[in-house]
Amino acid sequence: MSCWFALSPLEREALELSFRVSAWAVLGSLPVGVATAWLLSRVRFPGKTLLDGVVHLPLVLPPVVTGYLLLLLLGSRGPLGAWLQRVLGIELAFNWKGAAVAAGVMSFPLLVRSVRLSLEEVDRRLEEAASTLGASPVVVFFTVTLPLCLPGILAGMVLAFARCLGEFGATITFVSNIPGQTRTLPLALYSLVQTPGGEERAWRLCLIAVVLSLAALMLSGLLSRLLARWMRG
Amino acid sequence: MSAWLEMEVRKRLGSFELELNLELPRVNVVALFGPSGAGKSSLINFLAGLLRPDRGRIVVQGRVLFDSREGIDLPPHRRRVGYVFQDARLLPHLTVVGNLNYGRRWGGSGRGALDLDEVVELLDLGHLRKRYPANLSGGEKQRVAIGRALLCDPQLLLMDEPLASLDRARKEELLPFIARLSRVCSIPIVYVSHSWEEIARLADTVVVMEEGRVVAVEETDKAAALVAGVGWSSLGQG
Repeated sequence: MSCWFALSPLEREALELSFRVSAWAVLGSLPVGVATAWLLSRVRFPGKTLLDGVVHLPLVLPPVVTGYLLLLLLGSRGPLGAWLQRVLGIELAFNWKGAAVAAGVMSFPLLVRSVRLSLEEVDRRLEEAASTLGASPVVVFFTVTLPLCLPGILAGMVLAFARCLGEFGATITFVSNIPGQTRTLPLALYSLVQTPGGEERAWRLCLIAVVLSLAALMLSGLLSRLLARWMRG
Repeated sequence: MSAWLEMEVRKRLGSFELELNLELPRVNVVALFGPSGAGKSSLINFLAGLLRPDRGRIVVQGRVLFDSREGIDLPPHRRRVGYVFQDARLLPHLTVVGNLNYGRRWGGSGRGALDLDEVVELLDLGHLRKRYPANLSGGEKQRVAIGRALLCDPQLLLMDEPLASLDRARKEELLPFIARLSRVCSIPIVYVSHSWEEIARLADTVVVMEEGRVVAVEETDKAAALVAGVGWSSLGQG
């Protein structure tokens, strides 16, 4: 019997896929998330309340609804999906890229909230000071605003990443449960639970999920402490 | 037309009406003096572009910074006006050197009359170079803020009560630096204060302000008599 701690091929596949999907989801949604947070915290425009609502929708909608809407929109016959496939050659339906999109959409509100909070805490008077030193608004954003938001951005990324690892409903609805393509950790666990005699393997996946989530939480705590110390000098 | 600084602006702030008319020749240090709420800070914020007049015109050394009729309103980063704030406002994520170099690095300001080493020496910052603002005293922060503004090669340096938040000993420490500055750098300074003591030591010319108006522009000696007459010198104790 092999070592109990060694990962089985199924576990490794699910884990590797989960990480890949979550990393792409977070990195892909980061620029959009920062831009959205900036719009919501700094700019007044008509329809702001609506945008705020739409951004938060994935947090309150049943995930299955979000997944179904993604399928309608981004599926190979969906208006946006067909366009992506024709113009950019990107296919999202039933593969890991689609899973990343689903995870990104589901974790988006968490990312935006975290970045927005830290944007609102940035002292605007420091930005004024930078502008009197000759820095244009764009330069001020990248050299003052963004660095001062870094703790919030990193915290948001860790939170969003953890949320992506756990994403289930929208993923299974949008891209189904395909081994090696869209069967991430939660989906693999779901499959095992459905399989007679899968209890022990299900338990192991459970344990892996708990360890991962705990590690993510501790990492985000550690990061924010380190950053706070660095900021204080 | 030959005045070095011309300002003629109006602005309504709530029920308060600012009406500032000012013409100044080029001097080393001009002080804005008056009680709180006289409009001193508003005046320098107009110059820096941080506050926008409802209408009027601001010209410094022949450069139009603001003209409501012509639709000119240079943004702060294109005014070449250095600003030393009362609360220093150093960038907390940069070291002293990072703060000093900020304008040169990101602001696109050209090489001015001074380079980094000269400013470091002038303001005695050598031993602080690698520190972060959180580890500086109030007086040290202000010195860095002054150096940072100088290195942007400004046409004009604004100082908004730079000593007001410091204790007596720190004030005594900083005053000589500012006095030296005006002599060495040949950058005109507009110095806001409600302390007559500071003004008497630094300024050539005093602009006396009250309730959003410029009441008088005098040489410092003559202004002293005027100020004493109005009984404002008591303000100078603060």
